[in-house]
Amino acid sequence: MTDLLLDQYQEIVGEEVVGSLRQLAEPLRGIRVVHVNSTNDGGGVAEILHRMIPLKRELGLDPSWEVIVGEGEFYRCTKYMHNTLQGNRFEISRPLLKQYEETNEENAERLRDQLEEADFVFIHDPQPAPLLNLCPGRKGKWIWRCHIDVSRPYRPVWKYLRNFVEPYDASIWSLAEFAQPLHHPLYLITPSIDPLSDKNRELSQKELQEALKRSKLDPDRPIVVQVSRFDRFKDPVGVIQAFRLAKKFVPLQLVLAGGGATDDPEGEEVLSEVREAAILEPDIHVMLLPSDSHRIINGLQRLADIVLQKSTREGFGLTVTEAMWKGRPVIGGEVGGIRLQVHNHHTGFLVNTPEGAALRIRYLLTHRDKLEEMGRKARQFILENFLITRHVREYLTLMLAILRGTEERIELL
Amino acid sequence: MIDPFAVKDCALIAVATGERAHNLRELRDRLEKTSSGCIYYHFWGGLLRPSFDDPEYQNDFAVWAYHGLHDRFLAERLALVDPTEFADLEELRRELIEVIEERLDENELVPWSSAHQQFHFIRSQIVVFDTRIRLTKPEQLPEYIPHLTVGSIFYHFVDARRRTANRSDDFSEWIKGFGTGYNGLLEHIAALDPYFKSLTELRAQLAQIVEEHVDR
Repeated sequence: MTDLLLDQYQEIVGEEVVGSLRQLAEPLRGIRVVHVNSTNDGGGVAEILHRMIPLKRELGLDPSWEVIVGEGEFYRCTKYMHNTLQGNRFEISRPLLKQYEETNEENAERLRDQLEEADFVFIHDPQPAPLLNLCPGRKGKWIWRCHIDVSRPYRPVWKYLRNFVEPYDASIWSLAEFAQPLHHPLYLITPSIDPLSDKNRELSQKELQEALKRSKLDPDRPIVVQVSRFDRFKDPVGVIQAFRLAKKFVPLQLVLAGGGATDDPEGEEVLSEVREAAILEPDIHVMLLPSDSHRIINGLQRLADIVLQKSTREGFGLTVTEAMWKGRPVIGGEVGGIRLQVHNHHTGFLVNTPEGAALRIRYLLTHRDKLEEMGRKARQFILENFLITRHVREYLTLMLAILRGTEERIELL
Repeated sequence: MIDPFAVKDCALIAVATGERAHNLRELRDRLEKTSSGCIYYHFWGGLLRPSFDDPEYQNDFAVWAYHGLHDRFLAERLALVDPTEFADLEELRRELIEVIEERLDENELVPWSSAHQQFHFIRSQIVVFDTRIRLTKPEQLPEYIPHLTVGSIFYHFVDARRRTANRSDDFSEWIKGFGTGYNGLLEHIAALDPYFKSLTELRAQLAQIVEEHVDR
């Protein structure tokens, strides 16, 4: 097998797709691109950056990735920010916001030279958003990338954050309904998964058997799996309710598997609630996994008959993308980016309640032909739309577009 | 001497305008003022953006009428508006407004969408780049067309309708320069309807037509 990432992607997406990436990247050869986020471990953003950076490097750009660091109070503040931007009504105290600003000032001291010299700076999510104002000598274009659902934010928190993001040259949103009005172009780019990563690559039968043994699941009874952080917006307790309702009619095992992220202090509390809800039910397997458990997650998604993602709020839902890539139909909450991926009766079902999820579990487990057909369609849909090659292509297009202003048509001839 | 055919590729990036419609009257009002780029995107952008290949309706206005407003009558009528039938985007805009006004006249109540299903107006920026591939005669088409990217198909077959004097595709415009010997080929290409197909389907059908009608 070749060492070049692009050659490996070419085997999956085709020669013309990779050829097109190389041509699009040509005018951007040598430009310095810095991505900044708040964790290098856990969560969809870090996973994307882990692969996007080497891919951009192979295309001739000069990319780097920096992570801002803070103390517990900083992460508590940004978690509150995350929750309130997704709609929870909650006042964040002044001292916490002060901690947020001071942490950014400390990080700016460390990163200023590099950020001010870069041609493009991509700031991911609210955590490092104040960095722009702290880099007055910046030379390049600064873009704020919002990965979360800000369609109906708690207004006082959005108004506070808006002061930091308004001066950016552009922002990127996963869906149009998430985009808040700002005085700069609001680009729309959906995230992606990497088919070569440990979490998504093909697994051998032997690896799958090991995964089955390790997880203590019964191979003779159907398995439904939800993989996500232990977060109330992912509704793990609702998933348990759906399991109990469906299990009255079909034999079933449930896996709720989630990793923690270093920037998520609420996870333990939600995990206790989930364990309590699952008590005395031997067929519910609650797994708290280390953040590097990519192969385990890969195995669980492949062992599943159906994958659930019953979120009540969702940025995009990369766990949905991962499951669909593995040919599994998904029963997902009718929110955020899940609606872009799950198409009723084609790639899975969108639901709004535990009852809805239970109904669709029953339907799919009693219509195996439909389950398999939806799985096939799901994989093809991801192949054509949500792999990292499409994502990189849109980043390259965006950089070229921003360099040329707001023209509707940009000819690189 | 006819200029070689320069194969180009393109990439589209979507830009939210921040304009929204909560109900049918708002959609009508916004349609009157929004940029023609938005109308273009909501009819043709689906071909190049991540979207499901087998949609119930072909344009975003019809999809919203069905899923946002739950108005099947309007969805069916909007779905029948075929952008290839109109001279330009302004004519297409007028037709859309006409269909919506007719529906507003029929209903005493203005249909509303729920808060999370508003219509969001989106425009796009298109980046066009040269693949450096040059074709000097139509006999090369069967070799190259199956390997063109979907971006190239979009640029030469869909986007071309905005750029060419005859609202045609770039391949046909180029082939015409070689005289009447290719009229059969041109007729078959002209019969291809880009509106109801995905770009991969279009590429496959175009490849089949040139394979059958061009001697290598």
